[in-house]
Amino acid sequence: MKCSDFLKELTDYLDDTMDSQTKAELEEHLQWCHNCYVVCNTTKSTIEIYRGSKLYELPDELRSRIHSAIIAKCQCHKNGKESAAPEQVPLGQEKPSK
Amino acid sequence: MEAIENKVGEPPSEESILVEAARSGDIGAFESLVRRYDRNVFRIAQHITQNREDAEDVVQDAFLKAYQNLGQFQGQSKFYTWLVRIAVNEALMRLRRRRPERTVSIDEDVKTEEDSMPREIADWTPNPEQLYTQSELKDILGKTIQGLPPSFRTVFVLRDVEGLSTEETAAALELSVPAVKSRLLRARLQLRERLNKYFKRRDGDTRP
Repeated sequence: MKCSDFLKELTDYLDDTMDSQTKAELEEHLQWCHNCYVVCNTTKSTIEIYRGSKLYELPDELRSRIHSAIIAKCQCHKNGKESAAPEQVPLGQEKPSK
Repeated sequence: MEAIENKVGEPPSEESILVEAARSGDIGAFESLVRRYDRNVFRIAQHITQNREDAEDVVQDAFLKAYQNLGQFQGQSKFYTWLVRIAVNEALMRLRRRRPERTVSIDEDVKTEEDSMPREIADWTPNPEQLYTQSELKDILGKTIQGLPPSFRTVFVLRDVEGLSTEETAAALELSVPAVKSRLLRARLQLRERLNKYFKRRDGDTRP
């Protein structure tokens, strides 16, 4: 296996979504290829660092402001729909003619 | 309006009960869905737009659009995947408005495989994130991901930060599974390359 072949499979290898034979071939390559070993480990660390980073957390104060705005807009949409909806007639009853 | 179908024999999930209630006009149920996913939507929006005000607007607009269009949600995908799709479209639209001079598209497949070929092979120090304070680390990670094309960072955030499966990511972005995998590989390798300068093992670092 060449290093370029290893790289092509890296995503599936890190996600553990490959058949056992391909996985064994990749692991055999990793045994002797230091460069691919380093790239594999540092790519794995990259994912783990981002996943655990708490980057772009939503602060509580902003969260509550956004909530209020969303719910107010939804309420407004609902009220608009209700006032625009035709008068409901219970099933089985004819609307009396005027 | 048809009820959202569950798989045969499966009891309705808490989420599908909330979605069904929200469809019937229960705003309290919809509020529970907002609480459940607002942090995720904000994170995705800020990763894509790289702008906090835009991210705030995206969260509001995405949830409002979801509420207005609940009738069209068929329940074939998870509510969250459907919501992410709305949020990503809103975020890309905001990004286009801010950068009208640049093409911003999720279909953007800007560079060749060679761009992601590792150039610097350097071992990292153990627990590299501990080299920096929390705020320094956030700064480094934010600056680093900002340099990626929007289509790459979108796939990376959905797949690796939010933990969507490859199939869910493909569905949310209306991309094929191979396209998601290709962008994900390149995003991961480019981020790794860019983080080298912060995390690589220094001379005299004797830790194993």
